[in-house]
Amino acid sequence: MRPNTPYTPRDWDSHPPYIVPDYRSTLLRGPKKPLIPLPHSLSELTGPVFGHDVVGPLDHDLTRNGVVNAEPLGERIIVTGKVMDEAGRPVPHTLVELWQANAAGRYVHRWDQHAAPLDPNFFGGGRTMTDAEGRYRFITIKPGAYPWGNHHNAWRPNHIHFSLFGPSFVTRLVTQMYFPGDPLLAFDPIYQGIPESARERLVSRFSLDVTEPMMALGYEFDIVLRGPRATPIDED
Amino acid sequence: MPKQTPSQTVGPYFAYGLTPQPYGREGIADGRVVDRTLSGAALAGHRITVTGRVLDGAKAPVIDAMIEIWQADAQGRYAHPADGREASFHGFGRTGTDGEGAFRIETIKPGPVAGADARPQAPHLNVAVFARGMPNHAYTRVYFSDETAANEADMVLNLVGPDRRNTLVAMLEKTAGGPVYRFDIRLQGEDETVFFDA
Repeated sequence: MRPNTPYTPRDWDSHPPYIVPDYRSTLLRGPKKPLIPLPHSLSELTGPVFGHDVVGPLDHDLTRNGVVNAEPLGERIIVTGKVMDEAGRPVPHTLVELWQANAAGRYVHRWDQHAAPLDPNFFGGGRTMTDAEGRYRFITIKPGAYPWGNHHNAWRPNHIHFSLFGPSFVTRLVTQMYFPGDPLLAFDPIYQGIPESARERLVSRFSLDVTEPMMALGYEFDIVLRGPRATPIDED
Repeated sequence: MPKQTPSQTVGPYFAYGLTPQPYGREGIADGRVVDRTLSGAALAGHRITVTGRVLDGAKAPVIDAMIEIWQADAQGRYAHPADGREASFHGFGRTGTDGEGAFRIETIKPGPVAGADARPQAPHLNVAVFARGMPNHAYTRVYFSDETAANEADMVLNLVGPDRRNTLVAMLEKTAGGPVYRFDIRLQGEDETVFFDA
């Protein structure tokens, strides 16, 4: 990749707007004045680079990285996919962070007051680096749905939070991965706030190829980050 | 061609995933950008603190926001292959806001970096703001109030109407503990901070 090519802009046909009226906490938190387009300088063409040293040996395996005295409860799953740019080029050696609720829909976070049990053997946070082909792989527990206060009888669909860096500060992305066939997606204002044509990109695919016999179901979730604006000339 | 993966909010419970130090876990970064990136040798540059609050459209503190900082070293070099020079400083910081919506970054003052027009930009921190209720993160910049001449010539500040430029300038307060720059982030409202489509 040619590092000094400006990046494509955020595609506002793919991302939700800052204010999604049905997602109530956006109403006072979304900027209302127009964003000012920023010509890319080194400040935007660069971003934090992390080495494999920020990832510990169990950080990708949430079924093991919180174990105190037993295996965590719930359905073991494998979540894997490819991080690429808009030209389909892999994004290698980039940090992927992940966090989620446990099988009962309860987060370890101190503020989570949902009356569902914590699992003493499940922390719910992890991270990994993509490999040379841009692939990542986590082993975890399928997160449960949980209620929230947005509106009467509001429930978040099962989801896993993802945080990615990519090659620059402007390729930064925080998103959520959902599960196929979840009936709560139709009622979730956070998911429904995404433009309709883009929503399904956040729904992972069940994969029997990723599924491991007697071990865990497999889901695939590819992630597309912003890429260089111009297609670089092949330099080999 | 694949299309961009949509952004989603960090939600209210990101802390144990992204800023997990209070949960007894190593994080990838924190608000002490200086301490985390010193590699034994003394780091060149002026140590500064940048502190402020994140406020919503009702001027209420946003107690579940996360601030990320990306910056050059004191010589204006970024630790990244697109810069190509050997930076003395990793330059990335990340911190959550506290119960008053406040954040605190301890770092060094960055040097000037070439702008998109190749002229030097005024020293600045690149900032991304994340929060529950923000389906997308927001990009802004921190400039410094004691860089008057550089700020006046800065290409990016000149893209901003003069009535809103001050939202990007952190105000220097000299304290016994060293220079502290105050920078509040107003997500919405009449004095809304300038955010960029970066």
